[in-house]
Amino acid sequence: MTVFWAVVRRDLLLAFRQGGGAGMAVTFFVVTVTLFPLGVGPEPNVLARIGSGVVWVSALLAALLSLDRLFQADLEDGGLDLLSLSPEPLEIIVLAKCLAHWLSTGLPLIAVAPLLGLLMGMPGAGIGGLVLAMLLGTPALSLIGAVGAGLTAGVRRGGVLLSLLVLPLYIPILIFGVSAVEAAATGLTARPHLLILAAMSLFTAVLAPLAAAAAVRLALE
Amino acid sequence: MHRFANPTRFLRIANAVLPWCVSLTAVLFVLGLGWGLFFSPPDYQQGETVRIMYVHVPAAWMGLFIYGVMAVASAVGLIWRHPLAELTAKAAAPIGAAFTFLSLVTGSLWGKPMWGTWWVWDARLTSMLILLFLYIGYIFLWDAFDDPQRAAKAAAILALVGSVNLPIIKFSVDWWNTLHQPASVVTMQGPKIDSAILWPLIVMALAFKAFFVSVLLVRIKAELAERKLRIMRLNQVARENSRLGAAQAGAES
Repeated sequence: MTVFWAVVRRDLLLAFRQGGGAGMAVTFFVVTVTLFPLGVGPEPNVLARIGSGVVWVSALLAALLSLDRLFQADLEDGGLDLLSLSPEPLEIIVLAKCLAHWLSTGLPLIAVAPLLGLLMGMPGAGIGGLVLAMLLGTPALSLIGAVGAGLTAGVRRGGVLLSLLVLPLYIPILIFGVSAVEAAATGLTARPHLLILAAMSLFTAVLAPLAAAAAVRLALE
Repeated sequence: MHRFANPTRFLRIANAVLPWCVSLTAVLFVLGLGWGLFFSPPDYQQGETVRIMYVHVPAAWMGLFIYGVMAVASAVGLIWRHPLAELTAKAAAPIGAAFTFLSLVTGSLWGKPMWGTWWVWDARLTSMLILLFLYIGYIFLWDAFDDPQRAAKAAAILALVGSVNLPIIKFSVDWWNTLHQPASVVTMQGPKIDSAILWPLIVMALAFKAFFVSVLLVRIKAELAERKLRIMRLNQVARENSRLGAAQAGAES
């Protein structure tokens, strides 16, 4: 367990001290959401209608952008080789890296999401639902993303390939995330959608580290 | 199973089976297309357009079936290091992508006269589209590596992750659809399938299967030939290098 927290701490330190890891993702998130009122037009009812979807899609893209750093930097400087020699199984280390990625990317996104919801004119209940849905759903984004990041580590033009591999797998989270927000906004119960989001995060927390660790081992060969 | 891991034995069997497979495909296609296009009754609602179904439905079935084949072959390749299983998965992917694309195109052509639109974000259409994306990502991942052995492993991991995710995507899309637009979207309620339509459909499905097996065998043979070429080329380069090295050493002394 000490190894687990040591890896989390190390990755967090790297993310925050090595040139705005979290800041870039958050800025990207805000800028992307800002593009929609400019592209679609500023009518409040249209924006409120598409708000939840726009915020979720932008959050997916922002999480995706920071994924290529998950293993790539460590692979290049040899840190990943050392980590793989640890007595702890690689799966645990991968899980720790996912947690660090979520803490440094997912949480900041959730922190600015209410503001963006407000900008899109979403109702208060919808914004509450958005924060809850993102809290439960974004861990799955980091975990599924880790599989793609592991597969494309050390691959030419890995970044584009990474998005191509990961985005189709993100679709269920997008669907239930948006349904949760819309249920909350229209006064229906968001509970079933939130439960499914939580289930997907737990499910990926069990399975994704296995696949991601297999991919990382392959990258280290 | 390991008896078939030997490429030479595989080639011998494939070469023996292939002509039969191809002729079976041809016979089934002639029978199925003839029956479906000329001798089956038109639908009372959809008229002649129902005949698109004889291509559309088997293509969609094959799109899903081939992903299953790919996932099983990938698992076998990962677990038992079975080289032919890896090649099978690789060779199957473009065929599956082509069938999925065919089902989307024919579905679109069918949708225009029936639903009045080329595309609906219906659950089935959307999940087939995502399946196509998964195929394309898989094919690109194979191309991204220089070393075929690493590519095989990475692609196998992706195929297995996709096979876990595919049912989840399918269900999420189904639920998403019912949540947002209940019953307004087209339901596939065409004809109750009558045996006059069902039989040609089954023949066509078998024809597609036989076609898949034939093309798969040809593609695996091509992959084997390509690997052989690669090894020969590498050997040639190594030989030239050693000859150059020897010549240089001779010049220096």
